[in-house]
Amino acid sequence: MLLSDIKKGMKVKVVSLKSTGLSRRRMMDLGLIPDAEIEVIRKSPLGDPTAYGIKGAQIALRIEEASQIEVEKVERKERE
Amino acid sequence: MGLTCESCGRGVLKKKFNLKCGEEYVIALAGNPNVGKSTVFNELTGLRQHTGNWPGKTVVNARGNYDYKNMKFLLMDLPGTYSLLANSVEEQVARDFICFGKPHATVVVVDATCLERNLNLVLQVMELTDNVVVCVNLIDEAERKGIFIDIRELESELGVPVVATVARDGKGLEELKRRIFNVAVGIQTPSSRKMKYSERVEEAIREIEPKIDKLLKGKLDARWVALRLIDGDKTIVDAIHEHVYYEKAIEIDGRR
Repeated sequence: MLLSDIKKGMKVKVVSLKSTGLSRRRMMDLGLIPDAEIEVIRKSPLGDPTAYGIKGAQIALRIEEASQIEVEKVERKERE
Repeated sequence: MGLTCESCGRGVLKKKFNLKCGEEYVIALAGNPNVGKSTVFNELTGLRQHTGNWPGKTVVNARGNYDYKNMKFLLMDLPGTYSLLANSVEEQVARDFICFGKPHATVVVVDATCLERNLNLVLQVMELTDNVVVCVNLIDEAERKGIFIDIRELESELGVPVVATVARDGKGLEELKRRIFNVAVGIQTPSSRKMKYSERVEEAIREIEPKIDKLLKGKLDARWVALRLIDGDKTIVDAIHEHVYYEKAIEIDGRR
């Protein structure tokens, strides 16, 4: 599952980053590291860009960036 | 035979950042965007600097002075960055200042409400220099959100002084000044915790670090430069030529 496919309000976590080099570094600096939880906060009218909640901050990513990030659904057991 | 700017390695400050190297202690202020860096800056210096965006290289202009215990301190407000790994001009400015300018201390302002994402930058700065003071700002907002930070524990984990502040209300700033003073003057020498990487990376570091050290003659942290080269970061080579040898960048062998 790619981050760009996630619907609003869903919670996922990062599995891996497909990008390399500087853009990979950039994503990691923004907090997109394996197991980091991401939530879709808001989509712009055309769905691009999308605002994600990542480690306490809102980060907007374009589809081309979000589609480089592989995610999986978070099973909510421990918390809540 | 007094120490000149060149001999103490801070000549770069004058040449590249238009700063005098006198009796003042130079303090860099780094941090992620929107953590209240400029508020800390304004509260410490009494200035009202409204910082917008930082375009290109003339950026390093937000600076101010303050006195503490009869010593003069020059505070440099660096552009807000998530990283020092030079993805953008802002990051490069911040990196070059900390790296080549060799400030007497670097204060990293972090946002208490999302500490985790801020610690990335703290660790990166700690790889560059030991003289780090961490300022955990917005502690009141964090408490309102039910986040309580164990400052003592954070301090012992990181190995550098950590101070909690609410810069907007001026809370914790006296303590911050005291800790900056201690680090800048040399009363306290932090032993910042260095990241250990995977064995493969560590092996590569061991291989190239002594060679780099020979080339740089202790002007830069060889381990850090080794890491950047392993990263494939070419900007660091240019920056070294520019700031250490005062030459224009030379062509480097493109082999990786």
